[in-house]
Amino acid sequence: MGQIGGFKTYKRQDEGNKAVNKRVKNYNEFTIPLEKEKQQDQGSRCMDCGIPFCHSGCPLGNLIPDFNDMVNKGEWKKALEILHATNNFPEFTGRLCPAPCEQACVLGIIDEPVSIEEIEKSIIDRGFKEGWVVPQPPKTRTGKTIAVVGSGPAGLAAAQQLNRAGHTVTVMERDDEIGGLLRYGIPNFKLEKEIIDRRVDILEAEGISFKTNTNVGVNYAVSELDKFDAVVLCGGATIRRSLPVKGIDNKGVVQAMDFLTQKTKQLFNKKIEGELITAKDKNVIVIGGGDTGSDCVGTSNRHGAKSVTNFEIMPKPPIERSEKTPWPFWPLQLKTTSSHEEGCDRNWLINTKEFVTNDKGELIALKTIEVEWVLKTGERPQLVEKPNSEKTWDCDLVLLALGFTGADQTISSQMGLEVDQRTNYVANESYQTNNPKVFTAGDMRRGQSLIVWAISEGREAARCVDLFLMGSSNLPTKGQGDLISE
Amino acid sequence: MKDQGLYLSEFERDNCGAGFICNLHGEKSNTIIHNALEILVKLEHRGAISSDGKTGDGAGILIDIPHEFFNRVCEFALPAPKEYAVGMVFLPKSLNQYKMCAEIFETQLIRQGLVILGWRKVPVDTSNLGEIAAKTEPRIHQIFIGKKTAELTEFEFKAKLFAARKITEHLIEKSKLAERNFFYVSSFSTTTIIYKGLLIPEDIGRYYTDLKESDVVTRLALVHQRFSTNTFPSWELAQPFRYMCHNGEINTLRGNVNRMRTREELMKSDLFGDDINELFPIIFDGKSDSASMDMVVELLVMTGRPLPEVMMMMVPEAWEKDTTMSPEKRAFYEYNSCIMEPWDGPASVPFTDGNYIGALLDRNGLRPSRYTVTKDGYVIMSSEIGVIEVAPENVVKHGRLEPGKMFLVDMNAGRIIEDQEIKDEIVFKHPYKDWVSQHTLPLSKVPYTNNQCPIEITDYKTRLRLFGYTTEDIATIITPMVVNAKEAIGSMGYDAPLAVLSDEPQLLYNYFKQLFAQVTNPPLDGIREEIITDISLAIGEDRNIFDSIPEQAKKLRIQNPVISNEDLKKIKNIDHPDFKAISIPMLYEVEKGMNGLEKALEDIIAKAEAAYNQVNIIILSDRGVDQKNAPIPALLACSYLHHALNKKGKRSKFGIVIETAEAREPHHFATLIGYGASAVNPYLANEIIRTLVKENVITGIETEVAVQNFNKAIGKGILKIMNKIGISTLHSYRGSQIFEILGLKKSFASKYFPYTPSRIGGIGLYVLEKDIIKRHEKAFSVSEINQTLQLPTGGDFRWRRNGEKHQFNPTTVSKLQQAVRTKNKQSYQVYADTINEQNKSFMTLRGLFEFDNLNPISIDEVEPWTEIVKRFKTGAMSYGSISQEAHENLAIAMNRIGGKSNSGEGGENPNRFTKQANGDWKNSAIKQVASGRFGVSSHYLTSAKEIQIKMAQGAKPGEGGQLPGEKVLPWIAEVRNSTPYVGLISPPPHHDIYSIEDLAQLIFDLKNANREARINVKLVSKVGVGTIAAGVVKAKADVILISGYDGGTGASPLTSLKHTGLPWELGIAEAQQTLVLNNLRERVVLECDGQLKTGRDVAIAALLGAEEFGFATAPLVASGCIMMRACHLNTCPVGIATQDPELRKNFKGKPEHVINFMYFVAEELRQIMAQLGFRTIKEMIGQVHKINAKEAISHYKVKGIDVSAILYQPKCEGSAALHNTKKQEHHLDNVLDMKIKNDAIAAIQNKTQTTLNYSIKNTDRAVGAITSNEISKIHGKEGLPENTLQLNFKGSAGQSFGAFTTKGITMTVEGETNDYLGKGLSGGKIIIKKPKKADFLAEENIITGNVSFYGGISGEAYINGIAGERFAVRNSGVITVVEGVGDHGCEYMTGGKVVILGKTGRNFAAGMSGGIAYIYDKDKNFTENSCNTEMVDLDELTSDDRSELKQLIENHQKYTDSALATKLLANWQNEIQHFVKVFPKDYKKALVRLQKEKELAQKTA
Repeated sequence: MGQIGGFKTYKRQDEGNKAVNKRVKNYNEFTIPLEKEKQQDQGSRCMDCGIPFCHSGCPLGNLIPDFNDMVNKGEWKKALEILHATNNFPEFTGRLCPAPCEQACVLGIIDEPVSIEEIEKSIIDRGFKEGWVVPQPPKTRTGKTIAVVGSGPAGLAAAQQLNRAGHTVTVMERDDEIGGLLRYGIPNFKLEKEIIDRRVDILEAEGISFKTNTNVGVNYAVSELDKFDAVVLCGGATIRRSLPVKGIDNKGVVQAMDFLTQKTKQLFNKKIEGELITAKDKNVIVIGGGDTGSDCVGTSNRHGAKSVTNFEIMPKPPIERSEKTPWPFWPLQLKTTSSHEEGCDRNWLINTKEFVTNDKGELIALKTIEVEWVLKTGERPQLVEKPNSEKTWDCDLVLLALGFTGADQTISSQMGLEVDQRTNYVANESYQTNNPKVFTAGDMRRGQSLIVWAISEGREAARCVDLFLMGSSNLPTKGQGDLISE
Repeated sequence: MKDQGLYLSEFERDNCGAGFICNLHGEKSNTIIHNALEILVKLEHRGAISSDGKTGDGAGILIDIPHEFFNRVCEFALPAPKEYAVGMVFLPKSLNQYKMCAEIFETQLIRQGLVILGWRKVPVDTSNLGEIAAKTEPRIHQIFIGKKTAELTEFEFKAKLFAARKITEHLIEKSKLAERNFFYVSSFSTTTIIYKGLLIPEDIGRYYTDLKESDVVTRLALVHQRFSTNTFPSWELAQPFRYMCHNGEINTLRGNVNRMRTREELMKSDLFGDDINELFPIIFDGKSDSASMDMVVELLVMTGRPLPEVMMMMVPEAWEKDTTMSPEKRAFYEYNSCIMEPWDGPASVPFTDGNYIGALLDRNGLRPSRYTVTKDGYVIMSSEIGVIEVAPENVVKHGRLEPGKMFLVDMNAGRIIEDQEIKDEIVFKHPYKDWVSQHTLPLSKVPYTNNQCPIEITDYKTRLRLFGYTTEDIATIITPMVVNAKEAIGSMGYDAPLAVLSDEPQLLYNYFKQLFAQVTNPPLDGIREEIITDISLAIGEDRNIFDSIPEQAKKLRIQNPVISNEDLKKIKNIDHPDFKAISIPMLYEVEKGMNGLEKALEDIIAKAEAAYNQVNIIILSDRGVDQKNAPIPALLACSYLHHALNKKGKRSKFGIVIETAEAREPHHFATLIGYGASAVNPYLANEIIRTLVKENVITGIETEVAVQNFNKAIGKGILKIMNKIGISTLHSYRGSQIFEILGLKKSFASKYFPYTPSRIGGIGLYVLEKDIIKRHEKAFSVSEINQTLQLPTGGDFRWRRNGEKHQFNPTTVSKLQQAVRTKNKQSYQVYADTINEQNKSFMTLRGLFEFDNLNPISIDEVEPWTEIVKRFKTGAMSYGSISQEAHENLAIAMNRIGGKSNSGEGGENPNRFTKQANGDWKNSAIKQVASGRFGVSSHYLTSAKEIQIKMAQGAKPGEGGQLPGEKVLPWIAEVRNSTPYVGLISPPPHHDIYSIEDLAQLIFDLKNANREARINVKLVSKVGVGTIAAGVVKAKADVILISGYDGGTGASPLTSLKHTGLPWELGIAEAQQTLVLNNLRERVVLECDGQLKTGRDVAIAALLGAEEFGFATAPLVASGCIMMRACHLNTCPVGIATQDPELRKNFKGKPEHVINFMYFVAEELRQIMAQLGFRTIKEMIGQVHKINAKEAISHYKVKGIDVSAILYQPKCEGSAALHNTKKQEHHLDNVLDMKIKNDAIAAIQNKTQTTLNYSIKNTDRAVGAITSNEISKIHGKEGLPENTLQLNFKGSAGQSFGAFTTKGITMTVEGETNDYLGKGLSGGKIIIKKPKKADFLAEENIITGNVSFYGGISGEAYINGIAGERFAVRNSGVITVVEGVGDHGCEYMTGGKVVILGKTGRNFAAGMSGGIAYIYDKDKNFTENSCNTEMVDLDELTSDDRSELKQLIENHQKYTDSALATKLLANWQNEIQHFVKVFPKDYKKALVRLQKEKELAQKTA
C-alpha cells in the first residue's frame, strides 16, 4: 500500500487557518484546506503498519491505513466508501475529534503523526462537493419501528444504521433543530451548521422521520414509546457541573452551554430564551480548560471581549508526552487550540473561591487560590490549597465550562430504568437497559465523552437492536480491539 | 517401533554409505568380500550406532552365488549355476510359526511348478550382536530351488520365483501370525545372494561365518550401511535390496506408491496370467522408500525391460530443459514420463542383477559417488575415495558419477560401458520420437474454441464473499503476483490462530501444512537450478505398464498446471479422437446441509464412475453458485475423487482438472495438485485480475499479460513448494500429498485424505459445512446493507479489528513496551494476561492446556530469576536484517544476565569478540552457521560458546534467502566478507548437508573448529521432527532447537509464513517423546522457540520437554519494535530492521529493556513453578502430567481437538532420562589434527617456521580445523605469517580437508581428497596434487570431491585435477586454480577468483553475484552450453586480467607440477585467447559504484 518510505519524503503538513484578526470578525469556519495533490502526499506518510495502532485508537475502528492509501492513490471515492463503512459522519469527527488515532499513530513515535483527521475531513468534504454522498435508502423494509430519542451523534448514528437495516426509524429531539450538542453546543466557527443540515437531509431522504421540539417525558409521554418495537435512548449527558462557592448564582456567572447556545441561535435568528449574554468589552474569565472552555474563549473573542482569561484546576500538562501516558495512549499533554491562539491568558492549578459583586449585584471580580495535587500511592490524588496564594481577579463575565455530571433523569424515572452512581443509564453489553426493548447509547450511557465515541456507541447499539428484533444482523460492528490503557 | 503419542513410524528416515567392488576380468575371489566390507568400515563415520552402543542401523553385502561353496556344504545336489536359485530367507523364531511360514512358501513354489531342492540353515555367530539387534534377530535359512523342465527360460524361471515369493509374502502378511514380520526374503535369485542384518559393518563377516569360507568367492560385491534416524531399525530394512541399494531419500514416495497401486488396475501379463492379481499390492505398506523402490524395480524388470532401462525410467535425467540432449533420448524420456513419474529425491543408486553392476545418480547429483579403475582389473565405487588403498601406480582412472548419469560394468563382457553407450542402446530400441510426436498432444496445439465461458448469474462481489476473499487477499496476495509475476514478500512471524482455532470461516486449504526438507534430504533451489526442475504435466489415461506400445504416449501435455479460462475451454470442448472431457459440478444445495454435502460428494464419485472408459479428463467445477447452491471445497472434492476411485480400481483412466473460484495462493494450487489434480483454472482469481485492470487499480499491464503473470507467479510458487521438500518435477509431486493436516478429525481425514497424518483431530464435515453456510449466508445478505464494505478488509497479515486475532496487537505491544521501559510490573501483568488469555481463547495449542496436579510451595524455594534466565536465549537475527544498534543491544543484554544472544547468519564484526572497558560484551554467545556461511571463519567460530547450524527457519523452512545488493552496504559487506552492493543469496540447502551423515560431518567439522563450543542444530517443527531429532542426536549434536512455524523473519513469501511448519508444541513434544523412546534424550539439550512470549509459554514448553528457551519477537518489541512488518523494505521507523542511517537514529532500545523482559518472564514462570511445586527448571522438564487439556472447551471448532498425543508420556523400560544428563562423546582425542596441533606447537605459539609430514586416510576428516582454532585463539583474525606452518600429506584425505584453515598454514596433499575440501577456508593455502608415481593424466581424472571451498573466505588453493559438483559454491574470497569442475560451479559465489583450466559441467555461475572466474574454453563449449548467464556476463580479458591469470597459472605450475599448466604456459600467447572471463553483472555495477564513492570521498576530503 501507499508509497514505500513516503514518511521519509514528506513532512506533515496541516491545513492552514485564516489570520486571527480576520477570523475573529465572524463565526465562520476559518480553515484553508490543502491542495488536493498535497493532501494526497500526506496520505503517503502512512506506513501501512503491521499493527495500525491508529485503527485501534479510533473508537470507531476507522480503517485508517486503508483510506490513507486510497487518498494517496487519488482514489477519493474509494476512500470515502472505506471511511463511510465505519463512520456515519466523518464531517463531524473530521472537524471536532481530538483524534486519539493520531496519538496512536506509529509515525508519532519518531515524527509528527499522519494528519489522519484532516485526511478524513478532506475525504468527506470532497465527497459532498463531488456529489458522491447521496441518500441510500434500504432496499426492503422490515416493518419494525424504532424510536431514537436524542439527535446528537449517537442518536443519528443509531438511526441511520437501523434505517439501513430496513427498520422504520423516528428520531425525537427536544430542541428545535436536529444535532444535539453539535447544533448549539459547538460554535459555528468550529462546525458550520450547514454541515449538519446537509447530513440530516440525506438521512431524511433515506426515510428517517425527525420530530423536533419533542421532549420525551416532558411534552411527549413515555407511554407513547410503547408503540415502537424498540427504543434507543441517546439523550446525552446534559447535567452541567457547577461550582459550590459563594456567588455562583450571580448574574455574571454563566454556564458555558448557555453562552454558546445563545450565540449560535442568534446567528440563525432563532428565538433566544432569557437575557442576552454578551462578552463585548468585558473582562471574561472562563473556568475550565477543556474543549468547551476553549470554545468559550473563541466565542468571547468574537464577541469582542476586552480580555479573556482561562482557569484550570489541574496542573499545566507537559508539552511533550509524559512517561505516564506513553505512546500509543492518550497523552496528558498541553493542547493549544485555535481559540487559544486567538488570545487568552491561561492559568493552571487555580481554584475559584468566591465570586465578588458590587453593590449593584454586578460581578466585578472573583477570588482564587493556588492549589496543589498531593499524590499518595493507593489513594486518590488530594487537592491541597497553597497557603497565602489568594488572588482577586477583576472580571465582568465568568463562563463555567466544567463539564457534565451525567444524564437527565426524566426518562429513567418515568420508565423505571436503572441508572448508576454517576447517573448514567445502565445497559448490558448489548446496550440494552433493564427494559429489554429499550436501549441506550452515547453519553447517556457512558457519561460525557467524545463525538467519536457517541457515533461508535450509536452504531454498535443499532446492531444490537437489529439483532434483538431480527435474531441476526448484517449491520457491521467495529469488532474487538479498542486500545486498552489499563 | 509402533506409532504412539506423536510418533509415527512412517517418518523414519535413513541415509547411508554405499559402494561396490568388482573384477573386470571375471576373477572370483574371497578377498573381494573382505575388501568390500573394508569399504563399509572406512565409511563408518557415515553410519550410526544406537543407544546400546553396539547395534548398527543395518548393513549388508550382495555377492555372486558361491556355487562351489554351496555344492560343498549342501546336503543335496545342485544343478549347474543359473539353473537354480538361492533364497536367503528370514523366518520366525518360534518353531511352529517358522514351520508354517516355510510350508506356505514351499506350497507356493510348488504351485508355480518349481522344485524345492532343499533348505540350508545359515550358520551365524551371535556373540557380537548388540542387545537391540538380538531381540529382533530372525531365524535365517537358505532355500534352493530348481526348474522342473529345462525349457523354462531364465526369464520365465525368474518370473516364477518372483510370483511364488510375492504371493507367499502376501499370504504370510495376511496370516495374522504373531511373528509374521520376521518372514522376509532378502534375496531370491539365480545369480546373486545377500547377507545383511542389523549389524555394524565389521560384524557382518563375523556374524555370517559363510563369508569367511575361502570358497565363498565372487566377482562382485555390493555393500551398504544405513544411518537411520531412529534406533529401532529392523533386519529386513538393512540393504542392499534384491536389485539395488540406495543412498538418499525418495521424497515423492507417497505419490509413487499411490500411482503404483493405480497402475495395478491395468496390469496384464502373459508371463503371470491370472496369478498377477495375487501379486498386488506390488509395494507393501510401511516399507522404507528404498525398499519400495526396489519392489518396483523388480516388477519393471519382470516387464522385460533391461535393468538399466528400468533405472532410467524411474530416475530420469533432467531432460526437460536440456537443449543439448539428443532428440532420441529426450523422446525416450518424454515417452516414459507418460508411464512412470520420477522417483524424486536425492538418490545415488548402485544396482546389479549379477550380470551388470552399476550405479546411477539422480538429476540433482546430491550424493557423492567416486570410482577408481585399477590396472589389475578392479572397479571400486563408493561414496568416498580412499576406502580401499590402491597404489597410485595401479590407477587407470579416478572418476565420479555425474548428475543424471549412469555408470555400468558388464560383468560378462568384462568392461565398463559409458553412459552414452548404455543409453543409446536403450533409446534407439523403439522409435520413441515418432511415438511421441504422433500421440502426445500439447495443449498449445489444441485450437482455441469460440465457446463462451459460462456466465455466472451471481454477482461478482457476492461471489468474492462467498469464496472468502478479502481486500487483503486482493491487495497483498493477488496484486503483487499480477504486477511482478512473483509471490509477495512479508516479514515478522505469523501470530494469528491456527485455522482450527480461528473464529473466522476458513478455507479447507488452511488446515494443511506443507512439509519441507530438513537434515535427511535437502531442499532445492528452483530459481538458480532451474534446469533440473519442471512443472509440465501429461494428462490422460494410463495403460498397462507391461506394454511398450506407442499408445502409452497418448497424453495431453501442459506446460504450467495453472491454466487460463481459454485453456480450460479448450480442454472442456476438446475435439480429438484420443481425448474427451466431462464437467462435474462441485456444488450442493445449502438447505440440505451436511447430508447434502456428503451426498453431493458421493454423486461426484458416481458420475465419475459412470464416465469410466468414456472420458479421460474429468473437470470438477464450482461454477454456478447461487442463493441455492453452495460450493464444495475443491480440495475435498478433488482428493475424494482421487482416492475413492483409486480404491475402486478406476483411477487410472482419467486426469483431474479443477475449475475453481477458491484458489488464489500457491499453497491452494499445491494442495490441489498434491491430492491428485493435474491442472487448475482459477477463474475467479482471473476475473479479479481483469477487474483490477479494468478499474485501473493495476495499470500499465494488458489484461492477458496480467493473467499470465499471475499464472506464472503461481507456477513459480508451486515450484518453490516442491523444492522445499526436495522435489524437482511436478510430475512426481502430483498426488504425493506431502502435507500434514492440522485440525481435521481423524475419521474425516482418513475418508477424504487418506495417508495424510492428522495427529490432533479437529473438525469434520459438519463444522466444515457450517463454515460454508456461514460464508454463503453472509455473502448473500451483506449487500443488503448500504455503506458496508463489500469485502471484508482481511487482517491475516496486518492486524484489523474485524480480522483475525493476533497475539501481538495494539494492547500487547504497548503494554509490553510500557512494562520494560518503566519496569512496571502491572503493565507486564496486563500484557501477560492478555497474551495468556488469548492463548486460552484459543489462538495457540498451548491455549488449550491448563496446569494440573498442583503442589504449591513457597515461591522463595524456587530458584531465582537470575538462574532461570541463563537458560534464555535471543533468536537468530542477522546483522543486516537488523541494525547494528538493535543487534548489539540484544548481545549486551544477554551477556549481562548470562543468557545467550545469537549472531544470526550474517557474521559478526571481530571487534565485538573482546569485552568493552565497562564490562559489557557485544559478542554473541551463539554463532550461527547457515547455508550462506556469511562470515563463518575460524576466528568467528572460535569466539562462540555455542555454534548453531540452522537447518531451517520457522518462518520459511526449506527456503533460502536473499539480501539484495542495495542492502549490502559497506559495513554489512565487511562483516559478511563480501563486496558492497553485491547481492547475497542464502541457498535453500546447506550445500554440505544433503543427508543426515552430512550433518554429522558438519557437526564434526565445527566441533573441530571450536572444541569448547556446544553444537546446536536448529530444526523446525513438522511431523517426523522427532525421528529427525533422534538422528541428529546420533549425529552428535549437543543441543537441538525445535522452532515453531510462527517465528519471525526479515523477509519471506507470505504464503510460507502461514502454511509451512507446525507449532512448537507439537514439535517439542514429538522430539521429547521420540528421544525418550529411543533412550537418546539424556545425550542432548532440547531447546524451544517460536513466539514464546510469557512465563506461561515457557512453563508449557518446559513441561513438554524443553530445557532452554529462545525469544526473538518479544525482545525486539521490548527494544521498540512495533510490528511494522516492513523489515524487508528497509523502512523500519524505529531503527530496528533497517540499515538506513537516518532511521537507525530512532532506535531507542536499551539493554535494560531486554533484561526487564527476561526478568518479568522469569518471575511469572517462578510463580507457576511455585504453584506446580518445582524448585528448579530441571525438575520440571518433561513432566507432562502437570498439564491437562482444558475441560471447558466450548468453541465450535475446538471441540474435536484431542491433544492427548501431545501430552503422551512414552513408557520405556528402565528409567529413561527426561532431560540432558550426559555429554556427547565426540572422540576428538585421536584425530590426526590433534597430533598436528601438538607437533606444531612452536609454529602456533611463536610463529616458528615448521614443516611436518603425515600420511592420510579418508577417515582423517576436517584436518586443519583444530590447528586453526588454536591459532585463532592466540592470533585472532590475523593468523600466522604466510607459510609459517607447512603440512605435507600423502594418501586420500577425508572429508572437509582444510576446513576453516586459517592464515599461515599451507597444506599439501599428494593423492586425492574427498568432499568439502577447504570448507570455510579462512586464509590458509591448499595444494592437491597427483601422486608422483601415478601415470594417468591429472586433467582427466577426479582428484577432489563435491562442494569444495563452500563459504570460503580467503586463502589460495591449487588443484591438480578435476573437482566434483558445486566447486567454490558461495565462495567469498578464495583464489583457486583447478583443472576441471562438475555441474553448478561457482554457484552463489560472491567473491574470490576461480581459474578453471578444463571443462565445466552445466549451470556454471548460477546465482553468482561476485568474484571472477576465468575459464579455459578451447572447444567453445562453455559459452554455448555450460554457463548460466542470468547473472553474469562473459567478457574478454583485460590486460590486467591477463597478467593476473598468468600469475595464477604460474603458481599452479609451481605448486603442483601440473602438466596442463606447463603446456599452457609454454604456448601462452595462443592459449590466452581461449580464456573467457565470467564477470557477474552485479559485481560490475558495484565496482563502478564503489569507484564513484571513492572519488566522491576524495573530493570531499
